[in-house]
Amino acid sequence: MKSVEVKGRTVEEAIDEALKLLGVPREWVEVEVLDVPSRGILGLARKDARVRVTVQRSRADLAREFIEGIVRRMGVDAAVEVRRAGGALHVDVVGKDVGFLIGKRGQTLQALEYLLKIATAGSEGGDEQLVLDVGGYRRRRERQLEDLANRAARQVMRTGKPVMLEPMDARSRRTIHLALQRHPGVSTHSEGEEPNRRVIVSPKT
Amino acid sequence: MLRDLVEFIVKSIVDNPNGVQVKEVEGERACVFEVRVATEDMGKVIGKQGRVVRAIRTLVQAAAAKEGKRAAVEILE
Repeated sequence: MKSVEVKGRTVEEAIDEALKLLGVPREWVEVEVLDVPSRGILGLARKDARVRVTVQRSRADLAREFIEGIVRRMGVDAAVEVRRAGGALHVDVVGKDVGFLIGKRGQTLQALEYLLKIATAGSEGGDEQLVLDVGGYRRRRERQLEDLANRAARQVMRTGKPVMLEPMDARSRRTIHLALQRHPGVSTHSEGEEPNRRVIVSPKT
Repeated sequence: MLRDLVEFIVKSIVDNPNGVQVKEVEGERACVFEVRVATEDMGKVIGKQGRVVRAIRTLVQAAAAKEGKRAAVEILE
């Protein structure tokens, strides 16, 4: 969480200085007065005010501001939707020309999601799972992976032999495992080292 | 506009946004953005095994490509 300790002649001056340093408005912060100023006697033993000012924003607010700030600076006309579902914070970027934010195999989307996590990590609920989607890419990809998992399962049932899928990132592998979790005839596990780790679908023994 | 983007991203990540400076250097083939941050924020903008700076580059390059440009981001000490 962003936080600064600042001294000033008065408490108000110290707070103003802290807000300037943090670059945020008054409504976003919590102020803790560490030292009350005292004038001392005849200007001796004068003590400055000392405050600790901490940015207090919810992760949902921060996430929206971060993504909106980026999208605006890229000159893209898009809306940012933030919602909670299944114990995770979902941030969706919706718009006409958002495709370039996905990138080759979702690389740009991954990068943006990673930066979003870092930019909001210090806020309240910073350890909550966070999922960024652009133009429904993740949802489509999830459906493709589920189809792939079901095709592999059918092949395993037909041939009785294990099927090795292409290497995938952890999230995609998880989608495959979940898709076949309740399948009566096959089981799944992963083999290999990142980034070549892949899922194996095998007949249930 | 790209410079603005680089500055916004970096300021959102560091603890000390006031210590962030971004200079744009026009190269022959690409714009280079030279980023300076407060010493204590160096680790934050670079990240474990350079993961943060790599993500910044990916994003800035995507934004540059959209405008038919090339861009590079360098973190200076």
